[in-house]
Amino acid sequence: MPLTDSLRNDILAAVPSLRAFAISLSGNADRADDLVQETLLRALANIDSFQPGSNLPAWLFTILRNLFRSDYRKRRREVEDAEGNYAKTLKTQPSQNAHLEFEEFRTALDKLPQDQREALILVGASGFSYEDAASICGCAVGTIKSRVNRARSKLAALLYVDGAEDFGPDETVRAVIGGSGG
Amino acid sequence: MKDLKSQASRSTTPGKGGLTPEIQSRIGHQLRAMYDDVVRQGVPDRFAELIKKLDAPGATPHVENEGGSNDNNNGRD
Repeated sequence: MPLTDSLRNDILAAVPSLRAFAISLSGNADRADDLVQETLLRALANIDSFQPGSNLPAWLFTILRNLFRSDYRKRRREVEDAEGNYAKTLKTQPSQNAHLEFEEFRTALDKLPQDQREALILVGASGFSYEDAASICGCAVGTIKSRVNRARSKLAALLYVDGAEDFGPDETVRAVIGGSGG
Repeated sequence: MKDLKSQASRSTTPGKGGLTPEIQSRIGHQLRAMYDDVVRQGVPDRFAELIKKLDAPGATPHVENEGGSNDNNNGRD
């Protein structure tokens, strides 16, 4: 459809969550804004292919997600200053404790496989339905559900149970019985 | 609150990979806090201007399609 005023406003309205998605995916604010810019240019260049009445945010997120993935393949070997860069985007200076907690979370999130991270963000933060998330990622609804579940379990293991990933059954029992274990 | 880790791990079910509702909600909360912090920043000028410029009659610049075939690659990877 043509770029009407109302469509333009809808695209503008989607920018804040597109940025949040891009930063959550990439962990890098500068790169995230480049991704958003590229997404907007693509979207506007291809606006004719947008179906009126369909889900505009999902359409935009799909473009961004695909750009990120092709970009990621090119860059995967680059070293990134994820945390440092992200912290700069924060408006308010978080308290020391909150900041540490935040960095821990960010670090854990970055350790997830990409498939799981994007599924968790789309469903858990962007608020998309499983169906929309599946269409954004080009996979089955069941696949999204299992990725979200695996993402949550892995985050829980990384954040709330020290070293839980390395535990065999014996170590787990020992850790529970022994408390701080030494 | 100062000892999140031990608080949370006490309520896990070790060995089953099960997530307690408490941990699920804690993860959800942190995820949204991170995300919403960016959402609250609104639309940076550069994007507002970009969209405005592209909307001006006759001003639509030619967006380079270096990839060309990638442009309709929505929903598939």
